[in-house]
Amino acid sequence: MTNLEKYIDAFVKGLELDESLVKSGLAYSEIENWDSVGHMNLIAELEEAFDIMMDTEDIIDFSSYDKGIEILAKYDVIIE
Amino acid sequence: MERRYQLFNEKAFSLDKQGKREYYRDILSQLCAKHYEGCPEYKRFIDAIGFDYEAKPDIEDYPFIPVRMFKELELLSVPKEQVVKIMTSSGTTGQQVSKIFLDKITSVNQSKILMKITTDMLGGQRFPMLVIDSKNVIKDRKMFSARGAGILGFSMLGRDTTYALDENMKLDIETIKAFLEKHKGETILMFGFTFIIWEHFYKELLKQGETLDISKGILLHGGGFKKLIEEAVDNETYKEKLRQVCGVERVCNYYGMVEQTGSIYMECECGRLHTSNFSDIIIRNPRDFSVCKSGEQGLIQLVSTLPDSYPGYSILSEDIGELIGEDDCPCKRYGKTFKIIGRIKKAEVRGCSDTYEKR
Repeated sequence: MTNLEKYIDAFVKGLELDESLVKSGLAYSEIENWDSVGHMNLIAELEEAFDIMMDTEDIIDFSSYDKGIEILAKYDVIIE
Repeated sequence: MERRYQLFNEKAFSLDKQGKREYYRDILSQLCAKHYEGCPEYKRFIDAIGFDYEAKPDIEDYPFIPVRMFKELELLSVPKEQVVKIMTSSGTTGQQVSKIFLDKITSVNQSKILMKITTDMLGGQRFPMLVIDSKNVIKDRKMFSARGAGILGFSMLGRDTTYALDENMKLDIETIKAFLEKHKGETILMFGFTFIIWEHFYKELLKQGETLDISKGILLHGGGFKKLIEEAVDNETYKEKLRQVCGVERVCNYYGMVEQTGSIYMECECGRLHTSNFSDIIIRNPRDFSVCKSGEQGLIQLVSTLPDSYPGYSILSEDIGELIGEDDCPCKRYGKTFKIIGRIKKAEVRGCSDTYEKR
């Protein structure tokens, strides 16, 4: 799997979303499944998929699909 | 509000008495104006008492609203469409619950400040986390009880979050042992509500004759001792007893309310509850509401700089507390330190974990 595929897969599993919904523009609290419970599931999926541990600040700032790509770059995970 | 966001990037206990006084003159005046304009009920209240927030008075001059107002009225300062989360004081039947309406900004700010305060007190890294509760508490995702919100809020501090109680609130000893084995040698963060930990963790371990080695653990708990007072368990006894069943050295209590989620008051290494840059307390004489001095017991007024979407920045609790000092704690953090004595008599039963009814 490419990093992009893993990234999308984490959203699909963590937020229980249909793959077609996982794309640029997707943001926290704007869809029902991405609430605070979904958020922590998403973070757990991402951490497992990329074998990283995010700082608490980054977990809070992880507010959208696009922002997430920026944040993961800090952990040397390049999504493209 | 610019200064408020600046403080988000400073240490959580950096303001001394003078700095805080000056900052609060500005921020409280801005918050009061915001709620005056946004919340019709609050406007009526401010008009009725003739309070002039534009004069930027000191914190002690600000009016406070009793927490029970959030049960009787739906108070919000933003259009309802902007509400992303509703928090309730608890969900047990027969009691009226507080309803707190959060917009996106308030909700995010609460998370940020909760993490800021907690990491200052406990350290910055994320610990393997054992939640002393059942996963069922966060099942209903639309309406959050204080318990669910607490668990979720603090879970950002953890990793490999594991629940110690099953769906029937029974101690899941196998899961706990597997979790401890997996994280052998690491610092474990245990989180839960004061009464639930006592009833479903401590007492169960005792009953089953189990002892666990969580000596490298931190136990973080909140929600109040009210139900434990009947069993003559105070903070010190609590620490001692928990140490006996699982060896935990650092037991850290926090005080906070669903009406002011995020800006909580945490117990430092010296055993004192602290106000941070984001919140303050004032102890008031229950007879005339005058400000009490250090060492005098009174009702606790809580002030938070975080509520934007509901007028809860200055509220009067039904808890009795006592100020210990200001800027003089041996832990070197600035701010007021205080302790909780109990609750005012005849107050209705209320408090996060206390609303959980024994089955």
